[in-house]
This record gives sequence, C-alpha cells and structure tokens, in this order.
Amino acid sequence: MEYLKKYPKLFQWLFLLIVFFALCFAIDVPETYKFIRGQAEFVKDPNQSVYFFLGKEVRYYAFDVFWRLPPLLGWLPIWINDSLFFLMNEWMPMEFWNEDTQEFKTRPLLLEISRNLTSFMTFLIELIREILLGGLETIVAFTSWDFIDAYPWLELPGLPWTIVAAGAAILSYKLSGKGLALFAGLTMIYISIFGQWKPSMQTLSFILVAAPLSFIFGLGLGIAAYKSKRVEKALYPILLVMQTMPQYAVLVPALVLFGVGDHAAVIITMVVAVPPMILLTILGLRAIPPEVIEAGRMSGCTNWQLMFKVLIPTARRDILIGVNQVIMVCFSMAVISAFIGAKGLGFNLLLALNQLNIGLALEAGLCISLIAILLDKMSLAWANKQTDYFGNLSFYQRNKNVIFFAASFVIGIILAYVGTFIFKGSFNYLFEIPHNKGISTADFWNKGVDWIFDTFFVYIKAFNTWLIQDVLQPMRALYLRMPAVATLVLAVGAGYLIGGIRSALVVAALTLFIALSPWWDRALVTLYMATFGVVISCLIGFTVGTLCFQNKKSAAFMLGVCDIFQTFPSFVYLIPVMMLFGITDTSVLIAVIVYATIPATRYTIEGLRSVPVGLHEAATMSGVNKFQRLTKIEFPLAFPHMMLGLNQTIVFALFMVIIGAFIGTEDLGQYILKALSDKNGAGIGLTLGICVAFIGLIFDNLIRTWVEKRKKHLGIA
Amino acid sequence: MSETVIKCESVYKIFGENAKKMLEESNGNVDAKTFQEKGCIVGVNNASFEVAKGEMLVVMGLSGSGKSTLLRCISRLTDATGGKIFIEGQDLLELNNKELIELRRNKMGMVFQSFALLPHKTVVENIAFPLQIKGTNTEDSINRAMEMVKLVGLDGRENYFPRELSGGQQQRVGIARSLAVEPDIWFLDEPFSALDPLIRKEMQDEFLRLQEKLQKTIMFITHDFDEALKLADRIAIMKDGIIEQLDTPAKIVLNPATEYVRKFTEEVPREKVLIIEDVMDASSKDNLGDLKVSKDEIIENVAEKILTQEKLVGVVDSNNNIVGSIKPSKIIDTVFGGRKNGS
Repeated sequence: MEYLKKYPKLFQWLFLLIVFFALCFAIDVPETYKFIRGQAEFVKDPNQSVYFFLGKEVRYYAFDVFWRLPPLLGWLPIWINDSLFFLMNEWMPMEFWNEDTQEFKTRPLLLEISRNLTSFMTFLIELIREILLGGLETIVAFTSWDFIDAYPWLELPGLPWTIVAAGAAILSYKLSGKGLALFAGLTMIYISIFGQWKPSMQTLSFILVAAPLSFIFGLGLGIAAYKSKRVEKALYPILLVMQTMPQYAVLVPALVLFGVGDHAAVIITMVVAVPPMILLTILGLRAIPPEVIEAGRMSGCTNWQLMFKVLIPTARRDILIGVNQVIMVCFSMAVISAFIGAKGLGFNLLLALNQLNIGLALEAGLCISLIAILLDKMSLAWANKQTDYFGNLSFYQRNKNVIFFAASFVIGIILAYVGTFIFKGSFNYLFEIPHNKGISTADFWNKGVDWIFDTFFVYIKAFNTWLIQDVLQPMRALYLRMPAVATLVLAVGAGYLIGGIRSALVVAALTLFIALSPWWDRALVTLYMATFGVVISCLIGFTVGTLCFQNKKSAAFMLGVCDIFQTFPSFVYLIPVMMLFGITDTSVLIAVIVYATIPATRYTIEGLRSVPVGLHEAATMSGVNKFQRLTKIEFPLAFPHMMLGLNQTIVFALFMVIIGAFIGTEDLGQYILKALSDKNGAGIGLTLGICVAFIGLIFDNLIRTWVEKRKKHLGIA
Repeated sequence: MSETVIKCESVYKIFGENAKKMLEESNGNVDAKTFQEKGCIVGVNNASFEVAKGEMLVVMGLSGSGKSTLLRCISRLTDATGGKIFIEGQDLLELNNKELIELRRNKMGMVFQSFALLPHKTVVENIAFPLQIKGTNTEDSINRAMEMVKLVGLDGRENYFPRELSGGQQQRVGIARSLAVEPDIWFLDEPFSALDPLIRKEMQDEFLRLQEKLQKTIMFITHDFDEALKLADRIAIMKDGIIEQLDTPAKIVLNPATEYVRKFTEEVPREKVLIIEDVMDASSKDNLGDLKVSKDEIIENVAEKILTQEKLVGVVDSNNNIVGSIKPSKIIDTVFGGRKNGS
C-alpha cells in the first residue's frame, strides 16, 4: 500500500499493461485469420463479407470485432477517388478560349486550372533547363514551331559545362569565399567528368524552380498565419498531418491532378516542402522580442517595411532553417518524384537501384548529395552576406566577379569551339560530357560489392537469417497477434495516463481511423518495423550522443556529422545497405536505423548541452563525480529534450520504413507503391498516407504532451 | 514656461475586451480593483500633464506601475483607451496611419530597455535604418550615421554587429539610432536599466552631456529614483497607473504628496538634491554675515562654508540682490534632522 501511494503513476501503468495482456490472452486468434499478402487474394473469395455505403461496395474478411474491427472506412479511398475524378472531369464546366484552335471550348474548371498550372511550371523548368542544356521549347513557347523551322539557329545551344562550373565557383566566391568556391568548382567538375552532367542539370533545373517557389509560398503563408489567428487555425491541422505524411503518399493524388512529368514533381515538391517552411516562419516571427517591433514602428516603418526590413531579417535564423529544410525536401523529392516521371539524377538512381547496379547508384547518389550540400551552403552564405560601405573600391574591385564570369564565359565558348576540332567525329568533351560517357567508377564499386558478397557471404547470410528468423519474424508475429481491442485499450490508456481525457480522445480518434481502415494488419507491420528501428536508433543515438557530449570538440564534430547526414536525400541511404544485405527486410531496417539515429544523436547532445552551467557548477561543488553528474543531473534535465528527439526519430523511422517498400516490405508502404501504378490509386494512396501520418501523430501527441508536462514540472518550459 | 510640446488630458489605458465600454460607463472614476474583477487591467489611470520644449520629464515607478504603458500611449505604440494626447498641438489619436508614420519619421526617437537593435545589421546600418526607412539614399544615410557613431563615441566599431558589442555599447547604438533623424521629441524607456552600475553612471553622464548639446524634449522612464533625481527637470511618480505626484526633484523630496512617494524620498541624500532656495528663509533679510551664497547652489557644495558661520548667511539671486537668508542650523536640520519626521 505504501508503494501504491508513493508511485501512483507506476501502478496505473502496471494496471494498464495487465489489462492489455489479459485482453491479448483472452481473445484467441480466429482460425480463418491470415495475413493478406496481396490484393489478388482479396478479389474472388466467396467467404468475404460485403457492405455498401454511399453506393460504394466494400469487401472484407469478417472477424470477431474484438479481434479485428470491420473496415467501416473502407469506402473512403474509393469515395476520394471518385470525388477527384468528378472534380477533375465533370465539376463546373466552363467555356475557355483555346489559342490553338481559335475557338471556345467547354472544360471543367479544375482541369483547366490544372492544365494552366502545368504549362506554367513546365515553361519555368524548361527555361532553366534550356539555359543549362540547350533546347528549343522556350523559344517555341514565345513564337511557334513554324517560326523555329524558319530560323533553326534560334535553338538555344546550352552552356558549356566549363562556364557553369566557373559560374558556380565565382558565385560561391562572391557569397562566401575561397572554401566554398573550391567546393563548388570540384563538385561541378566531378559531375561533369563522371558523365552525370545532363541528369544533374535536369535535377538542378527542377530544384531551381521548386525551391524558390516553395520558399515564397511558405514564407507568404507563414506571414499570413502570423498576422491572422484564423489563418493559423485553419492551417495548423494540415501542417501537422503533412509533417508526418510520407512523401510517397502525396505522389498518387498528384498523378491524378497533374499527370506525369517534371511539372507534377514540382507541384508535389511544393506540397511537401511548404509546410515546414510555414512552421519555421511562424516560429521565427513569434520569437521576435516585442521591443524590436516597437523600434521598427518608432523608426517610422510602414507595415510593409516592418515586415520585410525588420521582422523577417530578425527572424532570419529560423527562416534559414526553413530554407535548409526546403532544399533538403526538394532533393529528396527529386528522387522520389522520379516515380511520376521527373527526369534527372533521381530517375538514374532508381534505375540503377532497380538493376542492382550499386556503383552507378552510388555515383548518382553522390551527385545529388553534393549538389544538395552546395545549394544549402550557398543559400546560407547569401543570407549572411554583408555590404561594405567604406571600401572605396575601384571599378575593377567592385565588378571583378562579373568581369571574371564574363572572361570565363568567353574562354568556355572558345574551349568548346576548340573542342569541336579536337574531338572530331566523337563527343565534344569540352562542351558537354554525355551521360555514361565520362569516367565511371561503377565497375569498381560493383566488383567491390561482389567481393564483399563472395568473401563474407556466409557471415552476412548467417546474420541475416538469424536476424530475420529469430528476431524479426517473432516480433512481427507478436504485433499481428495483438487483438484490435487490446491495442486500442493500450493506446487510449496511455493517452489518458499521459495527457488526461483530451489526449485520450485524440489518440482514440487517430487509432480508430487506422483500425477502421482496411489496412490494420499492414499498419501493425509498419509499426513493428518502425519500433525495431526506433529502439535500436535510440540506443545508438543516446549512447553516441552521451559519449560525444563528454568533450566539447567531439560534440561539435558529431553535430556536424549529423548535419551532413541529414543533407543526404533519404533514398541515398538505401544504396550502401543494398550493397551489403541485398533485397531483404534487414536492408530496410538498417537504412531505417542509420537514418533515424541522426535525430536521436542530435537531440541527445543538444539536450545535454542545454543543462544550465550554474547547475554544473553547483553539482561539481557538491562533489559529484562525472558519472553521478550525468545520471543525477544531466539526464533528468535533458530528458524532455531527448524525448523530442525520440519523436523525430519516430517520424524519420516511419519515413524510411515507407521508402523501404522500394526494396520490398509488406507494410503500408508496399500498398502506397502499388497505388502508384493503379488507375484508382489516388484515394488509396492518400488514405494510406494518412494512416502512416496518424501513426506518427499518435506518438507525437503522447510525447509532446508528456514533454510539456515534464518541462513545466522541472520549471524549464 | 515656454511652449508645450506634449500634452496629455486624462489619458486612460485599460487592457481587456470591453475596456472602452467600461471606461465610458465609469465616468472617469476608474477603480483598478472593480475593473480587475471584470477581467480588465488598468495600465494608465487618468494621466494629465504637459511637457515643455527642451524639458526632461522623468516618469518613475516600480514595475507594473504603468510607466512604460504611458510612454507607449504617447508614442502611440498602443492606442490609449480614453483621453486626449497632443503633440505640438496636433491631436495624436486623430492621426491616420500615414500621418503617424510621418510624425515618427521626423519628430520622434525612442530608446529601448533591451536596446532592440536589429541583429542582422551592423552598428552603422542600425543607426542609418530610420533614415533609410524614410527614403534617404544610401550614401547620405551612411554619412549621417557615421556622424552619429562619432557623437556617441563608437568610432572604429561601425562595422561590428550588435552581438559583438557590450551592453553599454549596444545602448549607445540605440541612442544614436534614435537621434539619427534629429527628432524633436525623445522617448527613453528605461535605457540604462539593463546595464551594470558603473556603466550606468557613465551613460547617465554621457546622456546629460548630449542633452546639454541637443536640448530635446524628453520623456524618460526609469524605476530608479536616484536616476530620476539626477536627470530630471521634473519627475512624475506613478503607482498602479496613477500619477501620484508630478513636480521638481526638490519639491518632491521636500514635500512628498503621498505616503508612497515619501518612502522613496526617505533614503535620498537631501544635500545632493536640494538647492539653497528650497530651504532659505525669504522673510528675514537683516543681520546678515559676510558670506553670501547663490540661491541656485546645491546644498552639498556650500554646506561646509555655511556651517563655519555663526551669523545668518545671505542668499542672493543671479543679479546679486539679496532674496533671503539661511541659518547654519537649518543646514544641519535639512541634512540630518528632517528625515525622521518626514517634513
């Protein structure tokens, strides 16, 4: 009894667990139950139950409601799908003027909007692409095909790669200095001589459209939300779901609305990249000290001046993190959107992965990562740039960068011209090194992979078999063994114990949505993979973080490493694991672990760092040793922040698990991937995405509520 | 007194949803407690005063007394709930947004407690900021800003960022920025409160030096009574949004209007605040000794001379006419005696 009074929470948790396990044991697995591997099994089985809702037929295997809830939301994907089709093809037909046929034509409004948006995006992408690579679409857009036939010399020749490389280096020099210039130059040269020029420039042109547009939209919406509570309230739930929605899932609806191609990729990238930009803009603007705003007002700023000369620059730090996020999302989407027909490095990467050509995949992945890092550093340098008012510079000094670029432009063209003589009859390497005609180390890597495989095959296989048979399979079976009611009780109970009625209701709603969707089993498999990944990631991350924290230099070093790793598009992580473990669940899980360890490590170090110095000194003066200080003072105080790290880890892990479907898993991701090639996939993809997002949000809600309470309790809110 | 620059007529600032309505219903009798019960917080309660051209009015009060709110009403960073505010005869509350911006761009400067510098701009850019907002071209604004840099003694640091400066230096930038547009009216909101005592004293002296040169009309907010005594032409003491007393430092020390004000004056070294005129006897001008002192001398400076006299000491004005006399024992009374019984 004494213990009961001392630790009431502990006993409440114990009670919850007892109820959970009691339910698990009390409810038997129905004999007819089996894990549904593919949709084909679904179609023609006479044992299925059927119900109709809103005129949609939903088929499912009926079980005892305690074991699995019936998919009462099964109509939702179909309904979303039909609605989309209706909106696109039948809703609000209007007369639109057609330039080509010179007459009015009746078209549904949304279709017309989508077409216009599409052609606008395509134009932007083509414009940049043709400056870099040459072509005639842009000229045609302003004139006509007849015109270009009459004047064929108007076709843009594209810039020789030497000029682009020099331009990138000079721009980097102007923005930051020698270091970045060197990096930019080397990156460009690497891309070129490895024969990745064309796909790289295609990707670059895609990014140069998507990133600025995302930035502008994100900033604009962020400002709107900052100014108006109503806008913020309307945006907030969407932002929350988008933060945890796997990027795959948005691809499918985009396919329906905008078709296949680079333009759809840009639009979908914006959908993914804008939410974090909005959130960080709001965060930054909210954190501005009121006196700075008053100082701006007293300087006589108009509202416009106040926003753009005072507020945004002052909130620069957070907005820059937003820009960084936008760039990272753009690059990871550059790969993912290859699924819906975006050209460039991402397409090559996917192709190489599909062919199991690890060497090629590695080269393409490296290109993406290098360009990502370069653009990130350049945007950072641009924002931190200073003006020199007192230099008294000469004309040459002021314009030397322009002069240098002009010079390199001329030299580049001369080189390209000379190149036509040197490389007669073959490719002009001084103009553009064609794809796959450069140096390639792919063979080397492939041989290396083969060698690793041949040499260590036995060990890798043994490890693989052990992991899958003795750890993963039983774990998966356990997760699937949970009756739906037990899971619900556990989730809602945890919500109640952590955050009271409010949390319990939120968690209940989110869990019920998944339980009532047709994919509960799949969600359990997703959860099992994510759990495995998160547990290992946290173990590694917390340990590494704690060890690195012991020394200032190693902590800074580790944070730097985290930064670099975060810059890699998520797909790149699949390359090395496929090198080692081939196409198995192990590969996916290891990729998950590597990817999700980043936030775990980062937040551990940051959390430990945020412990006030005064407390350190107080502890030292109380005569604690290093270990005691860590366990008694630093951990308890840093724990809330570390839990936020756990939250991030879960989101990262879920993302990677879903992407892992590309290798082949049996979770929600597999169905999302399938939905991509299904003509009725939009609703399915979206609903699946929402399911994944809700898994993330359940944990997000629980962890955030707990952290807030804890922080208040510790007085560090 | 010369022309009035700032004029407040029963200014109220009440925070809360139905503040305006409740104020109208109360007929000017605002009681903080009853308002609070209805969910409103009274920031400024019936403030009326005038500030003359070139005068420095120091508003003194503890935190929560409404002094900063009063200042923000007069700079219209918040809109007053009731009352009238005139700036050089113009009704401030009647101004539209455009006119208000014009007023701020040309007439007003403000210094903030936490400096409120723009973190992304260098010293010189910060100072040039109000000018650039006005539309002055880059070269002129930078040149003018450099003059201000020299005025506040930050030469050589013009290209530093605020984060690279000490608190005192940052506030020098804040002062320079507020003066860049040559405003007539200068608002200072606890400008030295965030500084170390030594730096604070240095900045106060610097501030007096500047004011001697510039002769601005000033409203200065502080929670430090000593600072108020040192700087002020007149002091307004605020409590719970009400101005308890508004007078010259000497009169406040000699005749505190309320118990609250008296508490502040208790620990004040009178000899440093009062001048001879404040304690002399204007009626008796006979039987004077040889020593004569000016009526404007601070007591501390002449106390030693007066105390060596046995006869009455004559008090003269600037034209050397005798206007009164003072007994040596009166000095002892003022410095040591008067404190206990509060007169």
